[in-house]
Amino acid sequence: MQGHPDVVVVGAGVIGAACAEALSAAGLRVTVVDRGAPASGTTAAGEGNVLVSDKEPGPELELAKASRRLWPELLAGLAEEIGPQASEAEWEPKGGLVVATGGESAAPLADFAAGQRAAGVRAEEIAPDAAFDLEPHLTRAVTAAVHYPDDAQLQPVLAAAALLAAVRARGGRVRPGTEALGVERTAAGGVAGLRTGAGTIPCGAVVNACGPWSGEFSAAAGAPVDVRPRRGMVLVTAPLPPGTVRRKVYDADYVGAVASDGADLQTSTVVESTRAGTVLIGSSRQRAGFDDTVRVDVLRAVAAKAAALFPVLARVPVMRAYGGFRPYAPDHLPVIGPDPRLPGLWHATGHEGAGIGLAAATGRLLADLFTGAPPVLDPAPFRADRPALTAEAVS
Amino acid sequence: MSRETARVAVVGAGPAGLAAARAAAAAGAGVLLIDSEPAPGGQYLRRDALADAAGTARRDRATALPAGTEHLPDTSVWAVEPAPGGGRRLHLRTGPADAPGRRGRTVDAAALVLATGAHDRALPFPGWDLPGVFTAGAAQALAKEQRIAVGRRVLLSGTGPFLLPVARSLIGAGARVAAVLEAGEPVTGWLRDPAGLAAGTGKLGELAGHLALLARHRVPYRPRTAVVAAHGDGAVRAATTVRLDPDWNPVPGTERTVEADAVCVGFGFTPRTELAVAAGCAMAGGFAEVGAAQATSVPGVFAAGELTGIGGADLAAAEGEVAGAAAARLLGFAARPPLRALRRVRRGRRFAAALAAAHPVRPGWQGWLRDDTLVCRCEEVGRAELVEAARARQAVGTRSLKLATRVGLGPCQGRICARNAAELVGDPALADGFARRPIAAPIRLGELAEDPRTAAP
Repeated sequence: MQGHPDVVVVGAGVIGAACAEALSAAGLRVTVVDRGAPASGTTAAGEGNVLVSDKEPGPELELAKASRRLWPELLAGLAEEIGPQASEAEWEPKGGLVVATGGESAAPLADFAAGQRAAGVRAEEIAPDAAFDLEPHLTRAVTAAVHYPDDAQLQPVLAAAALLAAVRARGGRVRPGTEALGVERTAAGGVAGLRTGAGTIPCGAVVNACGPWSGEFSAAAGAPVDVRPRRGMVLVTAPLPPGTVRRKVYDADYVGAVASDGADLQTSTVVESTRAGTVLIGSSRQRAGFDDTVRVDVLRAVAAKAAALFPVLARVPVMRAYGGFRPYAPDHLPVIGPDPRLPGLWHATGHEGAGIGLAAATGRLLADLFTGAPPVLDPAPFRADRPALTAEAVS
Repeated sequence: MSRETARVAVVGAGPAGLAAARAAAAAGAGVLLIDSEPAPGGQYLRRDALADAAGTARRDRATALPAGTEHLPDTSVWAVEPAPGGGRRLHLRTGPADAPGRRGRTVDAAALVLATGAHDRALPFPGWDLPGVFTAGAAQALAKEQRIAVGRRVLLSGTGPFLLPVARSLIGAGARVAAVLEAGEPVTGWLRDPAGLAAGTGKLGELAGHLALLARHRVPYRPRTAVVAAHGDGAVRAATTVRLDPDWNPVPGTERTVEADAVCVGFGFTPRTELAVAAGCAMAGGFAEVGAAQATSVPGVFAAGELTGIGGADLAAAEGEVAGAAAARLLGFAARPPLRALRRVRRGRRFAAALAAAHPVRPGWQGWLRDDTLVCRCEEVGRAELVEAARARQAVGTRSLKLATRVGLGPCQGRICARNAAELVGDPALADGFARRPIAAPIRLGELAEDPRTAAP
């Protein structure tokens, strides 16, 4: 091995992979460590959403718009560089459809869409009949619908694997089974290396991309950020005939659940098919720490809403369910950028349920800030020393 | 305490589950016996249409349910979770699998005995996805229950003593068994070893009986031999057999083509661990870990039979008896310590260890596959595709292996392919993670959405 890496990225999920890809594309020597296998935590539990439809105007929507623009460019570049097979990520710009089924949610949905249009998102209000043309099996109880042509999907494990393959192709390293324990500091107090279960890796910078475990790692590094886990469950059906579900379809109250602060269980329906023909049904949001016990009442609530949205699904066998932990910050915004308390420590975390979609722009923004290039978008809202983060971390 | 919570719930009505139900009932506990089959007995005590009157009477006695037992046949446990008042909550569906209108029910149990058994392991080879290739267990079930032979001229290929009773059932159903191919050493050899003989008293006679029957029917029994390819256009017409070296690599020049319209394979057994994993039981080497009273790491959850280690029906029944008594004691019933059963467990475990040591699956089987031989039939993932995808995508964890290669994502959820895939990518331990399935049995979305009230006392 020729010398030490410039940067060690902790966490080989899609966010860590995107950061490592962008840093290595900028010419830096990168090592990625993960205590488990690459893309086997939150990334493996994701549905692969690349959405602009579910975000209200504000910094996260700007990050989502940038990421939606960057993902296809990034994947096309990877295809050139490492070949179409290694870069295959099942990218599908299939569009999203948000529907309201009760009288009371129709008006808020229209208001929400109008706000997004003002922020530059294509959000087309369509009549229920037009929605049935787009999704023939949709419940006839739909009273209002908005079509988002720019919503897209990819397969998150394949996407992360492709990003990491590019890192390796550029001479970087990916080290599974290597647990990060903390950072070594220089005399001046900056990062001198990453302490791991397999010894210290000398480096000038460390990126905390530990997802829901970011709070733990940042505390071990001596610069805690308040990122916690929020549990989610997804159901997977047996493969269905093509066209049963064509887009990402969800009910309008999803928007409320994402932005919500409620500690209790929330469910809203997101239904989408995958290239393999299976239908993914999400999702629940629940604060239960890292408790991964299955709660049948959670599965039941998700199933009931999906069957209400697509009555044809009631007869379909569910093959499996899986759960994961979303990393969330108190103000529901990602944390991207340097930590002023510890020079050389960077964060890329707190993407809650949107990390797959937001990964492309997160990696780019982090690399821009790292190299001093003009940032792809305004980084200020995501900075690590914003009051919402540190106030909570102190309390 | 409601009547439901005062009962012992037993999942699985094979030798282990039946023994557990009997021991719990003998101590005075009520028993809820849940089983996915229409009749109690499991694979070992399956109703045998070929049996004589004495055999049928023996089986009826062996599968008789003790008084005070509520038997739920055709019932799958699709989820298990902690019950609000302690113990476990089981979510059940009763009715033929895949049929509409299955009844839902939820029961809470302070004591749970898992006796979920095992299924045969099949190793892939070119042509194993042709119609006419069966697992030995499926072929035996058809022969015993319905007197249907899977073929007119059948080849058996695998390892271990279980192949012999399967051959016997096939002969009984009218098949001509072309040969029984044992990939390892002869099945009787190891029983003459001091350890095997001490532990396996009675087994030698049983196996000798099977071998004598094969001899009477002029069925060749060939050690160190296996089917390594099946041929046919749309169905099996012939198979390639080959001699194996001690690592199961084919010995060049020993290939033979054998005419057969069915091939049955059985390379040992894989435990059904989904419910144990879902209940949170600690696992070791792919099996549920148990203490002296068959207690798992989860209070109130016991495990017995193949779920704790492959050891056959006698050991399973002894473990079941110990588990049932312990479960009843947990509920406050004065169960006497089953000392004889405990001795049988100790002896049986020695036998099981000797059996496992005598019939290991050797790595040479991986050389039987061509690049395009399917490893995962549900998702049609071939060997080269699997190995290359796992390597290129650094899929070194179970979840990433599944999602990076698609192996185990189909209807069987890895039951058939997980161990084979994990060995092919070089990390056998990855197979264990496939059992992590919160929904342990398929259920329709509409059924999942229903809220069956907790069963009334």
